[in-house]
Amino acid sequence: MYYIDPHIHMVSRVTDDYENLARMGCVAVSEPAFWAGFDRGSVDGFRDYFRQLTQFEQKRAGWSNIQHWTWLCINAKEAEDVQLSRDVIAMIPEFLDQPGVLGIGEIGLNKNTRNEAIVFLEHLDLAAKTDELILIHTPHLEDKYKGTRMILDMLCDDQRLDHHRVLVDHVEEHTIGRVLEAGFWAGMTLYPTSKCTPERACDMVEMYGPERLMVNSAGDWGPSRPIAVPDFIMAMRKRGHAESLIRKIVYENPLEFFGQSRNFVFTPPEINEAAEA
Amino acid sequence: MSTPNAAEVNAAEVLEQEFLLIRAKILEVAAKLDRLDRAGGAAGSVQLRQIQAGLDILQESEANRAERVQLAFSLDYEDGWREKYLGKET
Ligand SMILES: [Zn+2]
Repeated sequence: MYYIDPHIHMVSRVTDDYENLARMGCVAVSEPAFWAGFDRGSVDGFRDYFRQLTQFEQKRAGWSNIQHWTWLCINAKEAEDVQLSRDVIAMIPEFLDQPGVLGIGEIGLNKNTRNEAIVFLEHLDLAAKTDELILIHTPHLEDKYKGTRMILDMLCDDQRLDHHRVLVDHVEEHTIGRVLEAGFWAGMTLYPTSKCTPERACDMVEMYGPERLMVNSAGDWGPSRPIAVPDFIMAMRKRGHAESLIRKIVYENPLEFFGQSRNFVFTPPEINEAAEA
Repeated sequence: MSTPNAAEVNAAEVLEQEFLLIRAKILEVAAKLDRLDRAGGAAGSVQLRQIQAGLDILQESEANRAERVQLAFSLDYEDGWREKYLGKET
């Protein structure tokens, strides 16, 4: 089955991972900007990262016949530095018309601090003014419930935002309901040690249905599994779910959500194959 | 598309599929709590209280156990956070 990984940090992965993703049926990935494992020291550090995301990474993905989209922001962890964050937010528009840029993300909260909330709101303002899609990171573990509710408060306070143009990621059993009820898209992240397992993702599909729901690996430089989406596909098949249901979650839903971006371009694999024949 | 309910699998089949896995996970929790005791125990710690709350939820018969276990390990939401952080009425 062809699938799309809607949240994966490929700059932290090797080219062999692209090859393995392609072998598993992955035809496209979406890569939000995130924390590199250390705090960057300047706005130029981010400018170079955005150049890598918008100019080089598409090419590297293409070597394995994978299409690559990306999202730009300063992540919640580095948002503790409000002045640096403002400088980065002011620089982001330089890149918003680059091919493959789908919007602003992954913005959100990490430890649910005041500075994180201030920078989150300033990102929302940029997205509203430039009419960009938004991809949101919700905190981990004990901070997730509180942080997700704070994020939903801020999103619902801003009357300019269309909820169908916002993806709230890393949802789990205690946050998915509120996200979907408020009309947002939701992403379930399959992670070996925290977040969600393929089995629990199946449970949530059974409880909430497949509308506005996606599954991702959030593969990055830490312990993570880039081929986690195929694990979910297998778990759904073992439970006897229809291929059409699985395909909706891992392929059609990402296309429907990303398709709202003015920069969205996608060549379905069937067309690629026809052109080669 | 409506909610896809467990692909028409009945409870006996689910139990058949899951029994050994549930057994293994309960055993693992038991062994880890034993290990904690051998190390002197953690009476009075926040983490142990959370673990106890989680175990209590497993004993209850209502649905949404996973959601309630998640909440047992979560910080509370504070209603007036916007005012505190952003000086804004809600
Ligand atoms: Zn991420």
